[in-house]
Amino acid sequence: MRQPLLALLAKEPAHGYELKLALEQIFGQAYPSPNIGQVYVTLKRLEQDGLVCSQDVAQTTRPNKRVYELTPAGREALRAWVDEPIDGPRIRDEFFIKLVLAPMAGLADRMALMNSQRRHYLSLMRRLTELQADADSADTAARLLIEGAILHLQADLDWLERCQEELV
Amino acid sequence: MSRSAPKGLPWPPKDSPPARGFRGDGEGGTGKRIPRPGGVRRGDRARPPEAALLRTSGLVKVYRADGVSVEAVRGVDIEVAIGEFVAIMGPSGSGKSTLLHVLGGLEPATSGEIWLRGQRVDGLSTAGWAILRRRHVGFVFQFFNLLSNMTVADNVELPALLAGATARQARKRREELLAELGLADKAGAAPARLSGGEQQRVALARALANEPSLLLADEPTGNLDSSNTRDVLRLLRRAHDRGQAILMVTHDARVASLADRVINLFDGMVADDAAIVPGPRGVNGVRDVLELRG
Repeated sequence: MRQPLLALLAKEPAHGYELKLALEQIFGQAYPSPNIGQVYVTLKRLEQDGLVCSQDVAQTTRPNKRVYELTPAGREALRAWVDEPIDGPRIRDEFFIKLVLAPMAGLADRMALMNSQRRHYLSLMRRLTELQADADSADTAARLLIEGAILHLQADLDWLERCQEELV
Repeated sequence: MSRSAPKGLPWPPKDSPPARGFRGDGEGGTGKRIPRPGGVRRGDRARPPEAALLRTSGLVKVYRADGVSVEAVRGVDIEVAIGEFVAIMGPSGSGKSTLLHVLGGLEPATSGEIWLRGQRVDGLSTAGWAILRRRHVGFVFQFFNLLSNMTVADNVELPALLAGATARQARKRREELLAELGLADKAGAAPARLSGGEQQRVALARALANEPSLLLADEPTGNLDSSNTRDVLRLLRRAHDRGQAILMVTHDARVASLADRVINLFDGMVADDAAIVPGPRGVNGVRDVLELRG
């Protein structure tokens, strides 16, 4: 979670608990709920790497809080992350390896393998469409992530069809 | 088998969605089993099980042109139960649309049997099919196929009128359907003035006008964006909930995943035919979706 924390700090200085709350608020139920301990550990490492700096701020009724701030090096690292396109998915599909090798070993025929894989994908798809129907319409992050998963799965099914055309 | 015009038929068809058992079409609803259509040999062994709304056996469709013949459908045995929602998937050229057209009588089968509502129908004439479709089979296509020189309202009323409804009955049914599909204000419009999604909803209204026991749909969402796809799916699901059987050709796995069962067609034959088992264990929320594709 290094980059998300840097990105939040680029907006304004904040302490650990505020960062955890911000992540939850922005990503809704989509983000793996950040553990506060993990947030503090990550901030400490970022500080060791010189990407953030911190100072204690005294509070009247509660213990001091440590407020973190982005350093110029941190801003540069963040810039580099933002500018770099993210790699697309790679096909290192275990199913494909099965599809090629299992018939060679006389363990299964290709049509049967494809059929069972398609059934599995379709039941996943059913689950995702149900999730989509249940998703809170205000939770944009969740809706988009589910849609992304659905599109990936559709591509997997299309690819399965291509394998069927070429290999059967 | 009578080929008489549909005059005097009860409307809407009283047995739709069909009760168990069957009744001859166009025979005045005597409730008796009607012999198979002319030209079909007697003594067919298999009588369809009563729960099957649609059943085929050894269905073949060969196209012949210029001395070349193409086997588009090569011996298909499928069954659709009353009220069942079945999707047909498969690569382009696997015979999906041809199969659907043959099942709806839009093209004649080359050989094999088609049973609909306990009646053998593959030997029906064009006119016999037209009557059957009017009363029992709705059709939805990818490109809507609305009558462009008629209003939306007339498009939806026409099938009911053809099936013997009075003008008043047809109008009432049309008003209900268009209201249900959110198109009440488009009744007077020409189809061409509507968006693709709206046109497909009108096409659905038309297909559902006579409450057919079977709805045949050929890529009904193939030409729609995702929000219109959702609308059309919602409507299909509603028809399904009312007990109408749906047989739908689709490339869209989202659409197919809503079906009770998916048939995979390959090279004109059934490669797979299986119920969709809802959701594998372990996918319980959006967070799992991230894991899913990780």
